[in-house]
Amino acid sequence: MSDITRSDVAHLARLARLAVTDDELDVFSGQIDAILDTLGRVSDIPDDVPPTSHVAPLTNVLRPDEPAPSLSREAALAGAPEAEEGRFRVPRILGESQ
Amino acid sequence: MTSTVDAAPYTVEEVCERFDPVMGLEVHVELNTATKMFCGCRNEFGAEPNTHVCPVCLGLPGSLPRVNARAVEGAVKIGLALNCQVRERSGFARKNYFYPDMPKNFQISQYDDPIVFDGHLDVPLDDGSTWRVEIERAHMEEDTGKSLHMGGATGRIHGASYSLLDYNRAGVPLIEIVTRPILGAGTRAPEIARAYVSALRDVIQGLGVSDVRMDQGSMRCDANVSLMPKGATEFGTRTETKNVNSLRSVERAVRYEMGRHAGVLLSGGTITQETRHFDEQSGTTSAGRPKETFADYRFFPEPDLVPIEPSAAWVEELRAGLPERPWERRARIQTEWGISDEELRDLVNAGALDLVADTVEAGAPAESARSWWVSYLTQQANTAGVELAELAITPADVARVIALVAEGTLTNKLARQVVDGVLAGEGAPDDVVAGRGLAVVSDDSALTAAVDEALAAQPAIAEKIRSGKTKAAGAIVGAVMKATRGQADAARVQSLVLERVAAGS
Repeated sequence: MSDITRSDVAHLARLARLAVTDDELDVFSGQIDAILDTLGRVSDIPDDVPPTSHVAPLTNVLRPDEPAPSLSREAALAGAPEAEEGRFRVPRILGESQ
Repeated sequence: MTSTVDAAPYTVEEVCERFDPVMGLEVHVELNTATKMFCGCRNEFGAEPNTHVCPVCLGLPGSLPRVNARAVEGAVKIGLALNCQVRERSGFARKNYFYPDMPKNFQISQYDDPIVFDGHLDVPLDDGSTWRVEIERAHMEEDTGKSLHMGGATGRIHGASYSLLDYNRAGVPLIEIVTRPILGAGTRAPEIARAYVSALRDVIQGLGVSDVRMDQGSMRCDANVSLMPKGATEFGTRTETKNVNSLRSVERAVRYEMGRHAGVLLSGGTITQETRHFDEQSGTTSAGRPKETFADYRFFPEPDLVPIEPSAAWVEELRAGLPERPWERRARIQTEWGISDEELRDLVNAGALDLVADTVEAGAPAESARSWWVSYLTQQANTAGVELAELAITPADVARVIALVAEGTLTNKLARQVVDGVLAGEGAPDDVVAGRGLAVVSDDSALTAAVDEALAAQPAIAEKIRSGKTKAAGAIVGAVMKATRGQADAARVQSLVLERVAAGS
């Protein structure tokens, strides 16, 4: 067994900006534990097997350094909850305690 | 007293009586590609906010990144110039964090397989010695957007009530160059930090892959500083002073942090590992945002991008095309031109070195090329309030003017008028000579006529010359020069005057 604790889950939830209830901390810690156990089997593979991050056998997929049209500013800002002075407006970044 | 209270800084000399400083420098360089790292939006400084954005750099659902080939080339060139190895297979990774400057909520970066690694840079110091800075790695990533913090007193994030985001810069190709810990620098640590960033800037400028303008943010330095008791081997807790944006500030920030750390440690406190903000005005640092620990970034391979495998042949081609290192070039030029350290420094400080070199390249003797750029043209630049390089005259123009003087078509005085004409937009030197009718009157018959006329107009002086007072000829020469509007060669006129007098004119 891995040993993912409730506080690990709370920490991960905070990093991902997810609101998790007290009950969910128990549910997710059990579930993440099971996932990690399964993934942990990867470490049984001998070291001389190169890691696979992509299944497609492709490399060097590059594009030339040539400009393509951008969105208009109106289009770019259209989906923003709030905009001001041609910019995206976001709530205060640091909390009071910071 | 808590560890977060700033203690009065100690001088570096005082610090180094008790401690050894350890530095690590992370320099971010924006590449000057035409487009961004992963999309075709223009990479351009100073555009109207959010006009160079698209679904990829805004992180809109369903968009997919595509790697800019020229950015990979820039990264490899930087690596080669820093004596790094180029990784045969290198991948992109997601660095996850929630912050509004990255609309995807992750930054595409590289994790454990950076494109180049294990290099060094031999940094020239002020006293003529060099200091080898080991390079751990340089990797490719994308720049973040720019935030304006509103509603606070200072424009800083602290106290702001909301922020405004411009994503024009989000996705601009960024190379992060990371040194290994710099040990043993002692009291020279601040100087070495500055010298390293300065040398790195010169090298990258020479490669032409970035504007490396610290004032515009296309080159930024994060300085990690820690202290350990003298003789210790285990590093102390470090702080990371972010986004220091001038060479002078790099030196000041390192010096300040050394002093501050010593103050905290000597009063029994402990250093908090944190990012710090450098204040240009006061030369001090203050606590910045608390940073995620490395594991909190949850790096994982970027599923939307496949690995980069630079071919050995391509790498060797790039290596062969690397320019001479700027300081090696300077040393070579100094020897070739036979100039003193001070003369070389004046050229560099005046921004004239490249211009003079290009003028010499265009065929002019070094001495004349140097003289034009550091005296007359520097005066013109100062008068106009522009940089020397911004003057509307090319090194080839200057070389042509020098050639015209050498072949006797122009006197120095006329040459200055030709240069004035070029600066005024009247065309190339030959156009100005023709347009203003400035060529030296070298036709002896025309000059002889002018001399005879002047002698006839001033018979008393002619008589003096005839009686052996050759100094009196100056007055006649002056009159001829005036008559020819300065376009005669005074020495030639002088000898003509004596000839004509002797001939009985």
